[in-house]
Amino acid sequence: MSTGTTDQVLHDCRDAYAATLIELAQADPRVVAVVNDSVGSSKLGEFRNRFPDRLINVGIAEQDMVGVAAGLANGGKIPFVSAASCFLTARALEQIKVDAAYSNHNLKLCGMSPGMAYGELGPTHHSIEDLAWLRAIPNLTVIVPSDPDETAQAIRWAASHPGPVFVRVSRMGVPEVNPTGYRFEAGRAALLRDGTDVTIIANGTVVAPALDAAHDLADLGIQARVLSMPTVKPLDVDAVVAAARETGAIVTVEEALTTGGLGGAVAETVVQHHPVPVRFVGVPDVFAPTGSARWLLEHFRISPGGIVDAARLALGR
Amino acid sequence: MSAGPIAAPGTTSTATSTATSTAVADAAGTSLPVLGRIDVEAGREAIVAHIRDGARLIRRRDIAMIHSAGLGHVGGEFSVIDVLATLYLHVLDISADRLDDPERDRLILSKGHAAGALYATLAAAGLLDPAALDTFMQPLSKLNGHPDRKKVPGVEANTGPLGHGLPIAVGTALAGKLDGSRRRTFVVLGDGELQEGSNWEALMAGAHHRLEHLTAIVDRNRLQQGARVAETNDLESLAEKTRAFGWHTLEVDGHDHGALLDVLTRTPVAGKPTFVIAHTVKGHPVSFMSDNVAWHHKVPDADQVAAALAELETP
Repeated sequence: MSTGTTDQVLHDCRDAYAATLIELAQADPRVVAVVNDSVGSSKLGEFRNRFPDRLINVGIAEQDMVGVAAGLANGGKIPFVSAASCFLTARALEQIKVDAAYSNHNLKLCGMSPGMAYGELGPTHHSIEDLAWLRAIPNLTVIVPSDPDETAQAIRWAASHPGPVFVRVSRMGVPEVNPTGYRFEAGRAALLRDGTDVTIIANGTVVAPALDAAHDLADLGIQARVLSMPTVKPLDVDAVVAAARETGAIVTVEEALTTGGLGGAVAETVVQHHPVPVRFVGVPDVFAPTGSARWLLEHFRISPGGIVDAARLALGR
Repeated sequence: MSAGPIAAPGTTSTATSTATSTAVADAAGTSLPVLGRIDVEAGREAIVAHIRDGARLIRRRDIAMIHSAGLGHVGGEFSVIDVLATLYLHVLDISADRLDDPERDRLILSKGHAAGALYATLAAAGLLDPAALDTFMQPLSKLNGHPDRKKVPGVEANTGPLGHGLPIAVGTALAGKLDGSRRRTFVVLGDGELQEGSNWEALMAGAHHRLEHLTAIVDRNRLQQGARVAETNDLESLAEKTRAFGWHTLEVDGHDHGALLDVLTRTPVAGKPTFVIAHTVKGHPVSFMSDNVAWHHKVPDADQVAAALAELETP
């Protein structure tokens, strides 16, 4: 098991999200929040206290929520839709496709507590399909930040970008994984550790176990590169191709279905540009059982041990 | 106003029109003049006459467009053209040079399958080059079978899947309210479309937020694609339902231009959005199309176009 390469103080990225949204709202009167009775679950209580008129609660009505956000954008606002990712992306998928992406409305979709954050609540509340669904929609940027700082930077970028953006905002405690002074760039991977034998590409809550796995692989004499890939769409094709060319094997790690999400995106790129062995760490094509988020990550071996094994399989040793 | 062409650049020949359809259009005189928006100073009688003749000319152009494209939704377009003409030829505070003005009025056509009627109306209002109408649904045309705001000036939202327009209109009106603006938002809905639950989510939200500058207009033609609405999933009593949802509900003859004008220019009721049930007839006023479910998206042949145009010869 890992000795740990990351700071172990755990943070809820929703705190960084909420603080950043307040900062943006103070600076720009166009910024509004749109929720489906999800003030508490989005940690927007303080936002509501400060900007009561700019916290629009449509009630438990996700289709209306995204449509209203599109209309607010049409009216010159910059709406941040904040709702549990499972309901936002599934119930309002056609509104995301048509009202946000196809219409090119300037609205931001912030999927709270994605992946298996609501582990015990079961597959209805898991959001492991969201990346596959949303990655299939043209003109939509899809971002999966890994820690509070990257969440804050991604939200600031989304506010400045004139078009539809989806950002996953994790509730599961995560350590700071990016170095001091890290600058998030949409569409760009971040090199967190260099290596020559295999590349681990991860995002979101599972960048930390990827770093731990690289540490463990080094003990086995395998030098792993770790790329953080916060932007699933558009993918940093250059970084993926360079990883394939320079390290010869790739492992993807995500808190999502491996079909269609980060793993799918990386595999599509590798196959077309520089075929090398690729292994996927994530949830296979099943509904996850009930269990805590941490238990589920271990259950699906989205863990340092699982990543080490996947790397060894990719390398054939 | 004469039935013949007044000024119709580009309506007689383009690379994408078929010889047959162009011949039909030419022979029948379906060219569409730019009528423009008539100002309130003209007086009610002149405004109503302007809208009435505009609606007739829009129908003539629309049926030729549908025949030419070999696709379209003539029934639901003819039922809603009087509403669209009333809005674009007078009610809406918009103009070609102000389509990006934050203070413009908005119209969202939620029943996006009536795109042909919308395009012809935008052209009549001077918001879209009439020459573009010849490209309706041709390859790479900006005039898609359902409207695209990125390609067509004056289109506020991309619609087509039903149940999207009313939530968007609620958001647009809410933005206006947050800005303290008096600009108005209109959304035109089909009646069958109200079977989509998202509309009822938005009806609640519109009333909850007291969006008095929001007006929803339902094209109550009582037919949907496959059958009568009442036989499919009945809406009645629609007026009572919408009143119960907190809207100020009005009913109007959706083909009476004077009545539409009066309803759509009324001062809003304080604190309540307005819901207008425009009673219409699908395919109106063409005798063989009227109230006939077969004409939801049937494409008229040349003889049927000629017969329809004959009925649309005079105001």
